[in-house]
Amino acid sequence: MKSSTLRQLTPVAAFYVLVLATPTLLSHDYYYLSILNMAGIIAIIVMGLNLLLGFAGQISLGHAALFGISAYTTAVMTATYGLPLAVGMISGVGLTAVVALVVGMPVLKLKGYYLAMATLGFGLIVYIFFNEAISLTGGPSGFVGIPQFQVGSFVFDSDLSYFFLVWTTVTVVLLISLNLIHSRIGRALMALHASDKAAQSMGINVARYKLFIFVLSAVFAGIAGVLYAHYLSFVAPSSFGFHFSVQLITMVVLGGMASLWGGIAGTVFLTAMPEFLRAYENMEVIIYGLILILCMMYLPQGMAGGVSKLIALIRGRFGHVR
Amino acid sequence: MDLGTFLQFLAAGLTVGSTYGLAALGFTIIFNTTGIINFAQGEFVMLGGLLAVVFMHWLDPGLPAAVILAVLATTLVGLVMERLTIRPVQHTSVINLIIVTIGVSITIRGLMMLLWGKDTYVLPAFSGTTPIPLLGATIAPQSLWILGITLLVLAAMRYFFSRTIFGRAMLACSFEPKAARLMGISVERMVMASFMLSAFVGAVGGAILTPLTMTSYDVGVLLGLKGFAACILGGLGNPFGAAAGGLLLGVLEAFGAGLISSAYKDAIAFVVILAILLWRPSGLFGAPDTERV
Repeated sequence: MKSSTLRQLTPVAAFYVLVLATPTLLSHDYYYLSILNMAGIIAIIVMGLNLLLGFAGQISLGHAALFGISAYTTAVMTATYGLPLAVGMISGVGLTAVVALVVGMPVLKLKGYYLAMATLGFGLIVYIFFNEAISLTGGPSGFVGIPQFQVGSFVFDSDLSYFFLVWTTVTVVLLISLNLIHSRIGRALMALHASDKAAQSMGINVARYKLFIFVLSAVFAGIAGVLYAHYLSFVAPSSFGFHFSVQLITMVVLGGMASLWGGIAGTVFLTAMPEFLRAYENMEVIIYGLILILCMMYLPQGMAGGVSKLIALIRGRFGHVR
Repeated sequence: MDLGTFLQFLAAGLTVGSTYGLAALGFTIIFNTTGIINFAQGEFVMLGGLLAVVFMHWLDPGLPAAVILAVLATTLVGLVMERLTIRPVQHTSVINLIIVTIGVSITIRGLMMLLWGKDTYVLPAFSGTTPIPLLGATIAPQSLWILGITLLVLAAMRYFFSRTIFGRAMLACSFEPKAARLMGISVERMVMASFMLSAFVGAVGGAILTPLTMTSYDVGVLLGLKGFAACILGGLGNPFGAAAGGLLLGVLEAFGAGLISSAYKDAIAFVVILAILLWRPSGLFGAPDTERV
């Protein structure tokens, strides 16, 4: 157990060094930093979704809504009611967890496409609420004037300061997730992924583990929502719709299911890509779709699978490498 | 509520529900032969409507010909989609195939946006717009066309699946592909046919609805979702349950919009679906799953 924790600590520490060096490497190019900030925020949700989908094998098409609930809650608390930032953050993440608990209890009894449909339905209902509860959320035109992040007297008011905040959070979430999947809980999740009946017969409380991982992934989405709201200081319903839920799933799958590292890579790739394709204006959407199709055709295990195949090839060993 | 209002809501619900039903039927046809939920199904519906508009502008062949051309073109898109994106990735996991279909849907949507822009288009009604009075309600002639054509398509599908050798071969693939192959059925051909057939029924739904609700490059998303919801409502894998689910969903929406709130119309439909899922996970007309461990 201890040695496995140490094994994860080394790559994560190396990762964090890379994170710290990135702004210098990009010579403080704020355009790229702002893209990386968005990618980092989304990567936090994707890691949670990866625990749920990649490890526990439970799909959710409603994670965009969980992300949105947290973002709107902290927005309303801090901007509408003028409460301190800490209250906004805690209530944002807290409410997301409570909603996930209440929704998860009945919904997680469903499987496969039915679970997909139920979470999708939940997501749509929340999305419609964001649009229609105009006095609370500002409706389709969005919610403006969310205050910047602040610790003591230090105000996060630049892309650079947010970069460190976001990617430090990414690193912490990554470390927590890596430790979780190498623990008893992680093994239980993989067991119920393979066969929940078999897991049950081994004495694993399947319902409780499913609910736990659903709520945890919601908490990650909640953390991301809080960061998002205060970073942009503006939220609108269109960011939290079905399309974003699908994008999140795509990021998990493209990165490589059950690979947290792959998930981060997939997120950065898919977040940055439209920015680079912007020069082609309307072609952007088509190219995005084509890349999606081609990646799935030629990299079915995602980017993580592609990399391990490459490593195996270089080492002269063929076959499956984890 | 008086009879007139009731009939008015019912007619509106059945009309839109027909399109949901045809989309749902499309989902089921592909799901049954491949086990894939085709997320590009909504795009087939969009293509049916939008291409009809395009052919009207381009060739001006008259409305019926434009509609038929659009449906045939969409069927061809179904064929091309299966050939280019589904067949090459046969031996991958279901979730990867789903991502492929999402990619196809994004590509089709992007292509239509690039070619015809983000404008909203409308198709002329098939036989005028003079409302028909009926027991205190007024019904658009187009509604009758929609209901009639939907019933016709359903009857044709019923005949196709139960009476024709080709349809029965497709059903055989859905029950047990290996056994079907042993009986000399080309499963590959059936998969291709299922994509064409589902594109066909989706496009019919899109083309007949467009005179009533207008169309644009992005209407496929919501129509696809509603079709998927209708499938689940009716029981995934049961074609006629899916169609019935679509009609029911349309009616629920119409009454929800009329009696509760039109702003929350879509939410009402999904609340009902959630409730039904939790009460009867296999849908209203699906047999409860028996699972082997």
